[in-house]
Amino acid sequence: MSIYVNKDTRVIVQGITGKQGAFHTEKMLEYGTAVVGGVTPGKGGQKLLDVPVFNTVYDAVKNTGANASVIYVPPKFAADSIIEAIDAGIQIIVCITEGIPVLDMARVKHYLDGSSSRLIGPNCPGIITPGQCKIGIMPGYIHIPGHVGVISRSGTLTYEAVKQLSDRGIGQSTVVGIGGDPIRGTGFLDCLKAFEADPETCAVVLNGEIGGSGEEEAASFIRTMTKPVAAFIGGQSAPAGKRMGHAGAIISGGKGTASGKIAALREAGAEVAMTPDQIGASLVRALEKRGIRPSEL
Amino acid sequence: MKIHEYQAKEMLASYGAPVPRGIPAKTVDQAYEAASKFGSCVVKAQVHSGGRGKAGGVKFAETPEKARSVAEAMLGMKLITKQTGPEGKIVRQLLISEAVDVEREFYLSITGDSERAGLVIVASAAGGTEIEETAKEHPEAIVQIPVSVIEGFKSYQGIRAAEVLGLEGDLQKQLISLLGKLVKLYLEKDCSLVEINPLVQTTDGKLLCLDAKVNFDDNALFRHPELAPMRDINEEDPKEYSASLSDLNYVSLDGDIGCLVNGAGLAMATMDIIKNFGGSPANFLDVGGSATTERVKSAFEIILSDGNVKAIFVNIFGGIMKCDIIAEGLVQATRDMGLSIPVVVRLEGTNVDLGRKIIEDSGLAIIAASDMADGARKAIAAAKGVKA
Repeated sequence: MSIYVNKDTRVIVQGITGKQGAFHTEKMLEYGTAVVGGVTPGKGGQKLLDVPVFNTVYDAVKNTGANASVIYVPPKFAADSIIEAIDAGIQIIVCITEGIPVLDMARVKHYLDGSSSRLIGPNCPGIITPGQCKIGIMPGYIHIPGHVGVISRSGTLTYEAVKQLSDRGIGQSTVVGIGGDPIRGTGFLDCLKAFEADPETCAVVLNGEIGGSGEEEAASFIRTMTKPVAAFIGGQSAPAGKRMGHAGAIISGGKGTASGKIAALREAGAEVAMTPDQIGASLVRALEKRGIRPSEL
Repeated sequence: MKIHEYQAKEMLASYGAPVPRGIPAKTVDQAYEAASKFGSCVVKAQVHSGGRGKAGGVKFAETPEKARSVAEAMLGMKLITKQTGPEGKIVRQLLISEAVDVEREFYLSITGDSERAGLVIVASAAGGTEIEETAKEHPEAIVQIPVSVIEGFKSYQGIRAAEVLGLEGDLQKQLISLLGKLVKLYLEKDCSLVEINPLVQTTDGKLLCLDAKVNFDDNALFRHPELAPMRDINEEDPKEYSASLSDLNYVSLDGDIGCLVNGAGLAMATMDIIKNFGGSPANFLDVGGSATTERVKSAFEIILSDGNVKAIFVNIFGGIMKCDIIAEGLVQATRDMGLSIPVVVRLEGTNVDLGRKIIEDSGLAIIAASDMADGARKAIAAAKGVKA
């Protein structure tokens, strides 16, 4: 088992004929993801890597039975692409695009709330259930199937955490990059609830960072969880008032500091790594505290 | 993107919001001429920073002659405010603003609310002071009123704000009208902040935006070409500005270890580990997911233009970015620029073996690190001039 995506997930790529879209379509196919179609307006009827291209998401869904989509379109068109996927009834929409205007995402978020679709991202590496389905830009080979869920606001830091787990022989159930923007479709809380309910997930790693209050909300749920949680918060050394690359990574008005988030997570019982090289070790400690040996996962 | 007060006020005025009459001035003569139109006036330094008043950047002048001497002293001065840091900002422009008789001061702003995916009006009867301070000392004196990005402004939101500010009758009507205009501006121009501090009630019963700060969402600038000429690069950190031209995410810090990392989260974590191990990062730098050899080179140039940097830590986890590309960029940059300081490189991810081999074969004195912690330790030691 896993959360959100698995071997039955049928994916279409929005922006499949673009440079990024084409490159990652190939990588996803190599990994074994069921990429069943692509969308680029005006290029319907073509094929890319044997994958049929359609003019609209509606056409793609009608012809392929897709239930997930991944968006690689430029920021000015990305909000419309998300709305198109919602209207076509796509269940899991993964938006990789970075740099979408905040007001566009605010409007999308309201549209999303009235639908049955789930959006992952934007500005994220995507989601992977190792050995079954990879949707996004992460290097597939660092993952191994297993029972630890990973949630992260970052891309490369997620890879770092996953590698530390895999190097210890600890596999992952599902790895979700929720993205670095201030307004996102799926948050820490959604993923934690899903992992808590997933019978195949035994523990969770949470990679947070400065800005916003998602980690604090996560902490109040972690308190009630039956599964152990390890965490790392990036940006402990970041100055206040400066945006650290991610649009959402900013300490403003004394809110969103790393120390506040670390304290909230610790208080909730999470094992917090103080440096990023200790993420894997922290998970092992969190497991051992519950009397679980990592090799028994 | 930030703009100057005079630009913000021009924009507010174009939306029909009440602002005092004002004229921007770049020279003492322009300042004198402007002041002659008003009689008594306020001379205001135009720099991208709050706290100008306390730093001596806002001065009252009873006569045009006085305005001339104030302008003379202010133009070219280094204004050091709480927000600029010790390096301060050079005053290159002034706003000569008509003096007004103030009865009461308020705080008013509109900003984004990511939790609700909307906007929020922030109002307080404690005007003139920084809202962060009011929030700390008198949180009860601040009201936050959510506004929907779909529905826009509603008059009941203005009535609530007026109650908090203690405005009744015609003043309440003026506030409702003003808030409607500010929300319209925020939504139409993709702002990230519209702040009026202080908003004042004059002795003749008018609301007036005595100061104004308007910031824009950088991601939305593509649909507002009219805003581009308002950017003042003099106000930006020169290293951050040249980084932005190369599409690099760079933030200048005050340490001595330059960091070159792919991905914002890993870049932040790299600074953290350096600090945690007793070192001090000189910058945040994310080269992005699709860096080319040229981008890696410009990243190096920007890091090296910081005179405090004594060692560089390159921390790469290749996902989309292949390690051999980074390695080639590194080797080329090192050859072209003749690096004079130690460079520690940690490579991981896609094509890592190829990348490591390229660096090894180059014969350059690049220090290899086995993982992030090893790299951080070696960079700290190198910056101190010792071997790890």
